[in-house]
Amino acid sequence: MNANVRYALAAAGVALLVAVPWVPLPLPPFFSEPLRAPGTLNLLALCFVFGSLALSYDLIFGFAGLLSFGHALYFAAGVYTAAIALTRWHWTLPQALIFTLALSIVLPALVGAVCLRVRDIQFAMVTLAFAQAGSILIMQNPFGLTGGEEGLALGVNALPGFLVGVANTRNLYWIALGVLALTCAIGWWSVNSAPGRVWQAIRENERRVAVIGLNPYFYKLGAFVVSSFLASMAGTVYLLIEGSASPDVTTANFTLALLVMVVLGGVGTLWGAVLGGIVYEYLDFRLVVLANASQLQSLPSYLRIPLSEPLFILGVLFIVLVLFVPGGLAGAVRRLNAAIHVSSGSH
Amino acid sequence: MSTVALLLLTGLGLGGLYFLIASGLSLIWGLMRVLNFAHGALFTVAAYVAWQLTLPWQTGNAAVAWLAGLVIAIVAGGVCAFLLEVFLIRPLYARPIGQILVTVGVALAAVALIEGIFGSDPKQMIVPAWMSASTHVFGADIPNTRLLIASIALLVLAALLFFLRGTRYGLVVRAGVENRAMVEALGIDVDRAFTLVFVIGGMAAGLAGFLAGTYFGYIDPARGTSMLIFAFIVVVIGGLGSVTGSAIAAVVVAVVQQFLNFYAAPGIGDFSVVILLAAALLVRPRLTEAG
Repeated sequence: MNANVRYALAAAGVALLVAVPWVPLPLPPFFSEPLRAPGTLNLLALCFVFGSLALSYDLIFGFAGLLSFGHALYFAAGVYTAAIALTRWHWTLPQALIFTLALSIVLPALVGAVCLRVRDIQFAMVTLAFAQAGSILIMQNPFGLTGGEEGLALGVNALPGFLVGVANTRNLYWIALGVLALTCAIGWWSVNSAPGRVWQAIRENERRVAVIGLNPYFYKLGAFVVSSFLASMAGTVYLLIEGSASPDVTTANFTLALLVMVVLGGVGTLWGAVLGGIVYEYLDFRLVVLANASQLQSLPSYLRIPLSEPLFILGVLFIVLVLFVPGGLAGAVRRLNAAIHVSSGSH
Repeated sequence: MSTVALLLLTGLGLGGLYFLIASGLSLIWGLMRVLNFAHGALFTVAAYVAWQLTLPWQTGNAAVAWLAGLVIAIVAGGVCAFLLEVFLIRPLYARPIGQILVTVGVALAAVALIEGIFGSDPKQMIVPAWMSASTHVFGADIPNTRLLIASIALLVLAALLFFLRGTRYGLVVRAGVENRAMVEALGIDVDRAFTLVFVIGGMAAGLAGFLAGTYFGYIDPARGTSMLIFAFIVVVIGGLGSVTGSAIAAVVVAVVQQFLNFYAAPGIGDFSVVILLAAALLVRPRLTEAG
């Protein structure tokens, strides 16, 4: 496939996705409502958010080779900063967005500068510690800002009219799609840039990079900041879609879910990570619907109970993937491609 | 003075729980280089198995039910750890990241399954009457469970140290922590030692799960994960691979947590402990690697 055909296909795909809010067709069994219904658009928008988030995590984990257990912190920072600015300080949306994005660069730069002084499993532990500290802080409801365990709901007046109400779900859908496209573009551009190539070299052999005369520390910090910034951006969109901030997104389990998404899709491939995030969120959402299906309710309890827990199914799926399909969905597609090429070449 | 004694001895009880989880984690890491995220799941599953199996007895003699639960939790933790090691960890010896990921999957799936079966609401633990009472020490009324848990943790520490220093398998494990390749080169089956260490860690985690139920008065599915994070902190501060280090760090972390949660504000203690970890790693990254 030459480059022009590939670009044309990508453009056609994007055009199709942009047009979804006008499509009245149902798509059973994938969605319970027509494509343009608010419920479907909402689910798709959330899938796009998690696609963006998974891509951002893949940048540090898959490309720079840094196993962080604290990525939830930056997603949560995006969610909570915007929520606090909108509801507690009554800022306008543009003001809140600018402030959130600025903080999304400063926070990971500071935390990353500290965490990256250690490496490997120590790095994983320090990032986990900082994320846990953030989680505890948000749960403590300091100065009545974060709402503690109950979270923080955006009121009707906190957002401009075109983002509020069921009829405007399509606007949120387009925003989520746009941010996913932007995230993909930044991700693609950064891994193909000169620093991005150094990230991958560090993943393969950090000492050799240092011997060449490059300082791995600053490249790793760059990867950390870019990746965290993209995560915060996804978090802000998540806030707009959900209409509230919940402490669930700050927990260690949330970071673990991120790890599942990236491994599910394929570590070290951008489109694999996006696919992993989308598939994970879709399954998480649809499996809940499945859990309430009447056919399932009539099953004996030893089948019904495990099948009605989305996290159980996702966890088991994840274990199976790690054991038997290294490389995730992207790896499976690559092997399939290679098999097709081999068999067509032999004719 | 009485408040200080109360916080100190309660901290010892909590530290005992941390130590029970952390000692297994630390040995598993030291010997196998596996960061076992499923350790919290072992804790939770064992506690629920013990709770379920002793349910019929709880109307009778509470002491018998409690002791039976204790034994069941230890056995359940050991059995689950054995299955985990043999079927999921062992096939991935060549892929260290894969091993971490598998334990993450187990952690998510097992806790979800427990929530599916038992619901996310806490389950009340029945304890013998004397455990709900308290003892007068240094002018403070210390709940007996705290003293009991601290004593059990001390016994486990003594048993572990005896195992490591006084038995042949312990020698293999200690040597493996120091230099795995050399032990293998001497013709010793390190795989068997891996399984053994995993099972011991699982038994300690199961015991911790049951004792945490006794400490807090109830069990719930989320406890394992939050305890696991503090246990990680204890392991890192105490030095990965060192049992004595874990014991000291467990007490330090728990006591600091208790005092700051009481004197500063609830939550500040938890927060400070996390920062303590970051500080410990950054100040002496070398020393935390092996004890």
